[in-house]
Amino acid sequence: MSEPGVMPEDVLGGLLPPDRAAERHPVAVIECHEEIPCDTCRWVCPVGAVIKPSITTPPRVDWDRCTGCGTCLMSCPGLAIFMVRLRGEWADVYVPYEFSPLPRRGEVVAALDRMGEKIAEAEVVLSVRSRDGTGMVAVRVPREAAHVVRAVRAGGSR
Amino acid sequence: MARRIWDHPILDFERGEPLKLIFEGREITAYPGESVAAALVAEGVDILGWSKLRGRPRGFFCGIGKCSSCLMVVDGIPNTRTCVTPVSPGMRVSRQRGPPPIPDVVPEFDLEREEVDLAILGGGPAGLSAAIAAADLGASVLLVDENFRPGGQLIKQTHKFFGSRENYAGVRGIEIARRLLSEVGGLGARWVLRSSAVADYPTGSGHRIVVRRPGGATLVDARAVIVGTGASENMLAFPNNDLPGVYGAGGLQTLMNVFGVLPGERALVIGAGNVGLIVAYQLLQAGARVEAVVEIMPRIGGYFVHAAKIRRMGVPILLRHTISRVLGRERVEGAEVVAVDDSWRAVEGSERTFDVDMVVLAVGLTPSVRIPAQAGADMIYVPQLGGHVPVHTPRLLTTLDGMYVAGDSSGIEEATTAMLEGRIAGAAAASDLGYAPDRAERVISEAQRQLESFRSGPFSSRVLEGKEMVWEKAREVIG
Repeated sequence: MSEPGVMPEDVLGGLLPPDRAAERHPVAVIECHEEIPCDTCRWVCPVGAVIKPSITTPPRVDWDRCTGCGTCLMSCPGLAIFMVRLRGEWADVYVPYEFSPLPRRGEVVAALDRMGEKIAEAEVVLSVRSRDGTGMVAVRVPREAAHVVRAVRAGGSR
Repeated sequence: MARRIWDHPILDFERGEPLKLIFEGREITAYPGESVAAALVAEGVDILGWSKLRGRPRGFFCGIGKCSSCLMVVDGIPNTRTCVTPVSPGMRVSRQRGPPPIPDVVPEFDLEREEVDLAILGGGPAGLSAAIAAADLGASVLLVDENFRPGGQLIKQTHKFFGSRENYAGVRGIEIARRLLSEVGGLGARWVLRSSAVADYPTGSGHRIVVRRPGGATLVDARAVIVGTGASENMLAFPNNDLPGVYGAGGLQTLMNVFGVLPGERALVIGAGNVGLIVAYQLLQAGARVEAVVEIMPRIGGYFVHAAKIRRMGVPILLRHTISRVLGRERVEGAEVVAVDDSWRAVEGSERTFDVDMVVLAVGLTPSVRIPAQAGADMIYVPQLGGHVPVHTPRLLTTLDGMYVAGDSSGIEEATTAMLEGRIAGAAAASDLGYAPDRAERVISEAQRQLESFRSGPFSSRVLEGKEMVWEKAREVIG
């Protein structure tokens, strides 16, 4: 049986972007596979890159359209949207962040996997907070961790 | 005791100048806008009284005036619900042991009368949306709410809502409350706060509602009434489930997110439905540790995305486990959890002890339906809707002329559907009273369309099953 709250590997495979898309610029990775009544990601997207035929159809990303602007990441009520940018040996993973304080650019934080296990110490390469309080933090991790890291923990707190 | 939250990622706690309460002879610091119970808990007072028969300690539980766990003597008046009583300077507060003393002061009591088209009982998402719909169509509206801060449970919902664009998707509950309250104010609806509707008498041409309020009572003669009284939190049976430190999930949300009070450091959450998963995340945001979320079923009941949020911050979710007892004498000092087998029996030797000072129960809600039941509306027991609910039509009309129901008191669901039901009930009431019926019917059918779309997924199948039973019964009775 799969671990509760952790995306099963077989489902995850179908949600991840092809490398060629993530190598150009960050692209959205939407880890939302249930038929829940929500379509925020679809209507906030400024370029129509989120495909969601009905409010309860799980979203899919059109990788050719997604520009990596981060709007959906900071709007998703389920905090289920991430962005990934592949950079040679490295990858930048962008995660939503709603804890205090917001880690600052240059700070070193713990990069966590989907079960909260620390994968690496990682440098924050981008950090912004939207007006409604949701932050977006990007960390630079080894390329093989691009689709493993999905959270960060600032020093000190658990 | 540093239990007040000053730094929060989402909320700003703008506290005014501190004031002093007199708690059993000693001064206690409180801030304007706090409830008496929240102020006491913030200052480390976990025992708010003792049970009448066995003298067991009682603490904060529901935080919205429904559970009676926080009854205290306030300025000489016993049995005051301190969770819905705002602090004021010099207020004298003491705990009750045994039957409360008969007051040596005679409380002031005056009787007022109000006449209105539509009385709305409960100022939460359903009641506010009903008020907006009805007032916009021309009906005069009076809202009655037990709390001193209106908005129902929206005022503690720090997460962004799911749903569609026209129904506040992507907006936090606290912000939705602000918008609805400002709209209600703009439409001239009147409020009676800190007041409880204690009886409704159908008069043939309307409803006479008895409202108990500070300083007296108001007899409200309304041509129609909408019941949006919400729900109360379910209890779970285990030894020491009554100790201070065992909180209802909504009660803890009130403490943390309305008053900015975190009453402990380490929590165990019972129930992995959406409420349990969300409260676990909010505990992390408030700075607490969550040792585990415990769920007796073999799967989580809430949305995957809510579970993923806490899982990736390292919070374990234990399926097929339940709480077997709470440890402690005066307050929670720990909790024991056991695994259960296929027939829900505890697995021998599976006991695990968690070092926690908060146990948070998120094990469902029961509709608050005393008013329709007392008034004589037909009731029906529907497990899918959380218990007894008034029989009602898709327009939310009960079997009593002029009485409508909306939100959790019509069946446990969630805030977006409560807002849509409120809109339908408000427009239906206005229409039935003769206010702009054509426009009202358009509002109703549009809201019904949105409701149907929102309920189209698998997570709503149980609720829809329950609603079908209720609607079928309504067809039999009302036609």
